[in-house]
Amino acid sequence: MPAWLVTLGWAVLKASLILGFVLFNALFLVWWERKFAARIQSRVGPQRTGRPFGYLQSMADVFKLLSKEDVVPARVDRWMYVLAPIVIFVPAVLVYVVVPFGPNLIVQDLNIGILYVAAVTSFTMIAIVMAGWAANNKYSVVSAMRAAAQLVAYEVPLVLAVIGPVMLAGTLSLQGIVRAQEGLWYIVVQPLGFLVFLTAGMAELNRAPFDLSEAESELVAGYNIEYSGMRWSFFFLAEFSNLVAVSAIATTLFLGGWQAPWFLPAAVKGLIPPVVWFLAKTYFLVTVIMWIRWTLPRVRIDQLLDFGWKFLLPVSLANIALTGLLFPVLVRLGWI
Amino acid sequence: MPAQYVDVVVFLVLAGTFPLITLAFGYLLRPKNPAPLKRGIYECGEIPVGEARIRFDIRYYVFALLFVVFDVEAVFIYPWGVLFRELGWYGFVVMMLFIEVLVVGLIYAYRKGALRWA
Repeated sequence: MPAWLVTLGWAVLKASLILGFVLFNALFLVWWERKFAARIQSRVGPQRTGRPFGYLQSMADVFKLLSKEDVVPARVDRWMYVLAPIVIFVPAVLVYVVVPFGPNLIVQDLNIGILYVAAVTSFTMIAIVMAGWAANNKYSVVSAMRAAAQLVAYEVPLVLAVIGPVMLAGTLSLQGIVRAQEGLWYIVVQPLGFLVFLTAGMAELNRAPFDLSEAESELVAGYNIEYSGMRWSFFFLAEFSNLVAVSAIATTLFLGGWQAPWFLPAAVKGLIPPVVWFLAKTYFLVTVIMWIRWTLPRVRIDQLLDFGWKFLLPVSLANIALTGLLFPVLVRLGWI
Repeated sequence: MPAQYVDVVVFLVLAGTFPLITLAFGYLLRPKNPAPLKRGIYECGEIPVGEARIRFDIRYYVFALLFVVFDVEAVFIYPWGVLFRELGWYGFVVMMLFIEVLVVGLIYAYRKGALRWA
């Protein structure tokens, strides 16, 4: 077999596996979020489909969505309307190319890893604006404008918060950053960076308290208001995929990725495989983000923009300066 | 080196065709009977008034401009972050001067009221 065919075959196999992961993950998280939200609100959540815990609820949802009529409103911008669900779904899958699930369990360890993540995820904003504008609905246009202002305001702190771990590890490769955290997770030396990353990440995901673009009580559903059936479901597939992606990147940068906690003795570290550590940390962060969503009320748009530009942005810049200033101290302490 | 990006391209193609495949599959399952009322734009049950694509608030434009400045700045900081150790104090001071210039810009925008929404 020619070498290029082998390369291509492997790539298709890896892409299919990741696609499977993204889909299974969305099924699981839809169920998990509904159960978790119910728990917080003293309800029981879904329990009929797949007794006793409603674990088949998401599967039922999939079949319902597949069999729903695909209503395309009369006055939409046809091309943009059709393309928007695809444009939002593709980057949500592309991010996983560089996510290190384990020491050897990574699709491709690009040497510009984290820059690639920043570049790919910024397409989400374009898709949201496309969807909102194409629908020719007043709610969705307002939603798209809000989403643009919000994603733009929080993208800057997000990419700046990443610089801290990059400075400490001296590489943009995600696998390199994980390996550099063998002695100590970066959350210990980058607490500010971690908080900025998580907050800005939640805003990038359009999750409460930053869900202004889909504020149900004022905008009905926001940019996806005129979508139905399978087309609509791609927005949600992408949202849950991005939720895991943000948590996975945060895990990689600040929580040591697939590394076991540094303080454990070597004998204990060997007991649990790295991929389990990685998934445990990632889903822990996913749950924290859900917990915050179901606890805090939505912010107003002026509060949102103030918080991003006047607080998170200066803090993320200060984090870079602090990291640089304290670097000799960290080296002296033997922490880096 | 470019061989690494074969994966990226394959992911791009596969992720792009997946929605099309599911939509085609759903075509076999879903009903299709469009009606004029069903194809109308949703506006809380009222008949929609006017166009949705009107001029949007100028305030969004100012924030977009600020974003361009700071996002480009971030692109300059990335390579510096990688070489931070090698460059030493000299590199650190130079980068702090660069950031300081941008912070002055942010303060200017703040004082001018560009960051105020109300």
